[in-house]
Amino acid sequence: MEKRSLSFYVLAAFFGLFVLFLYGPTLTIGILSFQGPTGGLTFPMRGVSLHWFRELFEQQAVGDIWGAFRRSFALGLMVMVTTVVVSVMSGLAFRKRFKGSGVLFYMAITSLVIPSILISLGVGLIFNQLGLKIHWATSGFGSQLTWTLPFGLLIMFAVFNRFDKSYEEAARDQGATQWQTIRHVVLPIIAPSLIGVALFGFTLSYDEFARTLLTSGSYNTLPLEVFGMTTNVTTPVIYALGTLTTLFSFGIIGVFLISVRIMAKRRAKMGNDAGKAV
Amino acid sequence: MAMSRHVTGWLQAVPLTVVLGCFLIAPIIMIVVVSFWGATEFSIYPAFQFDNYSYLFGSAVVWKVFFATFKYAFITWAFTLAIGFTVAYFLAFHVRTQSMQIALFLLCTIPFWTSNIIRMISWIPFLGRNGIANSTLISWGVIDEPLEWLLYSDFSVILAFVHLYTLFMVVPIFNTMMRIDRSLIEAAVDNGATAMQTLRHVILPLTKPGIMIGTIFVVTLVMGDFITVRFMSGSQKANVGRLISNDISLLQYPSAAATSVVLLITVLIVIGILLRFVNIRKEL
Repeated sequence: MEKRSLSFYVLAAFFGLFVLFLYGPTLTIGILSFQGPTGGLTFPMRGVSLHWFRELFEQQAVGDIWGAFRRSFALGLMVMVTTVVVSVMSGLAFRKRFKGSGVLFYMAITSLVIPSILISLGVGLIFNQLGLKIHWATSGFGSQLTWTLPFGLLIMFAVFNRFDKSYEEAARDQGATQWQTIRHVVLPIIAPSLIGVALFGFTLSYDEFARTLLTSGSYNTLPLEVFGMTTNVTTPVIYALGTLTTLFSFGIIGVFLISVRIMAKRRAKMGNDAGKAV
Repeated sequence: MAMSRHVTGWLQAVPLTVVLGCFLIAPIIMIVVVSFWGATEFSIYPAFQFDNYSYLFGSAVVWKVFFATFKYAFITWAFTLAIGFTVAYFLAFHVRTQSMQIALFLLCTIPFWTSNIIRMISWIPFLGRNGIANSTLISWGVIDEPLEWLLYSDFSVILAFVHLYTLFMVVPIFNTMMRIDRSLIEAAVDNGATAMQTLRHVILPLTKPGIMIGTIFVVTLVMGDFITVRFMSGSQKANVGRLISNDISLLQYPSAAATSVVLLITVLIVIGILLRFVNIRKEL
């Protein structure tokens, strides 16, 4: 192997600094969340304790964060399932280049680039004028989908751009119906990417702030609750909450990565035997 | 048996169309309608008047705020592009094994899946008056007094933007770079091009689509933002998004709607221009 050039080391150092920049602040609040009971929002640490985490579990100290967490979790799952199903269906639809697909595509792009607060405002106004009750599971749910679905759709484009059509042709030649082809050929092949779509759906919803701001009604989701805390909580309890939700996000990412691995292993074991006979 | 391609296509596209119809198109129409309405201190009433727009365009503050919004977008774009391109270039062309590439790429993307609000809060212990940055600089003897402009300033707003959105540059640029045919690079090197020349004349032109996609993300996210500016400037700076959110909190919905319409048109024009340079569907 040829020797590393100087530019490699310069770039590697740059990359290292970038990673530090990405993670540094998060690590800092991770450390500060173990601040002693008399400590403040910055260093120095006045002792090490779990005081602020304990505070989180006491109902009166802060708002209803556990209720908010439950709502965000439920909403995340709802958005995740809907995003996966709708993205796959639209991904399949766009392969057919049906009439009007161009318009729908530009609608999806608009959905992606429109400032979030506009969705919040518009949906809020509609619900108010129609006399509907604003609730995280109705107006909030719909508003979040305008953010997750375009992402899901773009991933499906990426997936189908790399999809080998001869598998489908083979299935059709052997007499599979359209539905059988999708069910037994297309879906198993794209399954790992669907895990990616699910991860997008869940975490984008779980962390969404702007689109839920005016559409969640009287019960806050977790990001709204956290934001509310930033204006009236001046103790490290907010770091403790931040650390916990970040750990939770890491946990979710971990679960998804592991399922991708398991799926890849299963596939390697049971799937393709091409070339084995040689 | 075989349904027309168009019919099955439509049936499969129904759910997406319904969601976007109800929660994207209808809200946009609603905002446009309400932007002509009037408001009292407590309620809004249907009308057809241009007061909201004439106020908007007649106000020097509004023009300033629009200018600030473009300023934030441009500066953030420049930084995210420079950092994002360098990081993607390192990953795509200097890391040799694919497993290492994937691992480092994941390392970069993980923060994307965590909360923006929390990541903004994380800057406070760094940039505050008694924060890490100030105390470090003082202990090094670089400064005598804490720097006031580190937090709650344009600096902290842009720092947070770059922190939050550089990933949106890294990912598409890395994606395009990985699709560049390596034999093109070899050809350039064989013909005597230096590393810099290869980068300038081969890699950079071929990476343009990725740069465009990243640009679309960063520019729209920054232009539509209201929470980063509010939080990181301690409510001392303004952009268009904050103008809208302030009106909303004062229940001045028609005025918020008019500002929203202008913001939406601005963003769509910018995106329309950018989309002329790239075919998103092909580049994914």
